[in-house]
Amino acid sequence: MIKADLHIHTVLSPCGDTEMTPAFIIKRAKECGLGIVGITDHNSTLQCLETKRIGEREGVFVLCGAEITTKEEVHVLAFVEDEEKLKKLQSYLCEHLPKIPNNVDFFGYQLVVNENEEVLEEERYLLINAINQTIEQVEQFVHSLGGIFIPAHIDKRQNSLLSQLGFFPPGLQVDAIEISGKTDLKEFISQNNYLKRFNFIKSSDAHIREDFGGTYSEFNIETPSFSAIKEALNSKIIKA
Amino acid sequence: MLVKEVAEKLNLKLFSAPQGLEREVKGGYVSDLLSDVMGHAKEGQVWITLQTHKNIMAVATLKDLAAVILVKGFEPEADTLEASVSEGIPVLGSNLEAFELSGELFNMLK
Repeated sequence: MIKADLHIHTVLSPCGDTEMTPAFIIKRAKECGLGIVGITDHNSTLQCLETKRIGEREGVFVLCGAEITTKEEVHVLAFVEDEEKLKKLQSYLCEHLPKIPNNVDFFGYQLVVNENEEVLEEERYLLINAINQTIEQVEQFVHSLGGIFIPAHIDKRQNSLLSQLGFFPPGLQVDAIEISGKTDLKEFISQNNYLKRFNFIKSSDAHIREDFGGTYSEFNIETPSFSAIKEALNSKIIKA
Repeated sequence: MLVKEVAEKLNLKLFSAPQGLEREVKGGYVSDLLSDVMGHAKEGQVWITLQTHKNIMAVATLKDLAAVILVKGFEPEADTLEASVSEGIPVLGSNLEAFELSGELFNMLK
């Protein structure tokens, strides 16, 4: 079993603490025995590759992606396999994100940093906005890249598929569904019985260091790889 | 008051389901969270929203709402229109913002 936390924000997310740097995330993942981490900043993938580079050296598998806010203001996790696809995902996000400047005093910094915590880039546009694409359009785009698509924290009363859309839209293809760390999965499914056919994961959705490390799902796979993770998400070999 | 009269007085654009214009309007509800509408809207109300996703028609059907009015010039997705037609619940549109449109509708219905 490999422990995986697929929902982690970095210093690039405006609400992400400045301590959530790539180097810290990999160090803490090792300390906590996490073999897989998913880097999911709001509507941006720009912190993924540096984290992946450090992870490769340190033996932590990094899934590269983002937490996308759809037009309906539903948060979804999206991951793709390689650098070329990640660039395509990034272009898609840039194209559809409204060009509203970030207010640093109010929302916080949006920084891309390297391992030595040097600032490489500052994102000008506010990342927490909704992009101008429906949840179906995002799902189809991510799957056109062979990616992984997971509605985030579906039980939350804000920005979840259920809060925004009332119920699971027929026809939406998901690789798994995420529920919040503190929610009891059995109880949630007993209240939403029609969702029991899906696989669930639990993640930290950590924005600050204290929240990172204790919440994870377990993947029954030998060696972490993008395809092994995608396959596990689509079968019943994960434990939320 | 009928949906037809509301549509005329508020100068609304009809996107779909003209057969539903004869439905009776018993009130209104304004929200963009579908879970909230499912929990709190009442039968016969018109629903004012900026959500255009097809699930709005399922919620409108579930709650037996009179019609859905999209604000700010928003247009329904194609599959939303299909559901509106098959359920017979009209989707209407206005260029006004929800605040202004709600104010006018409130005055008409009070």
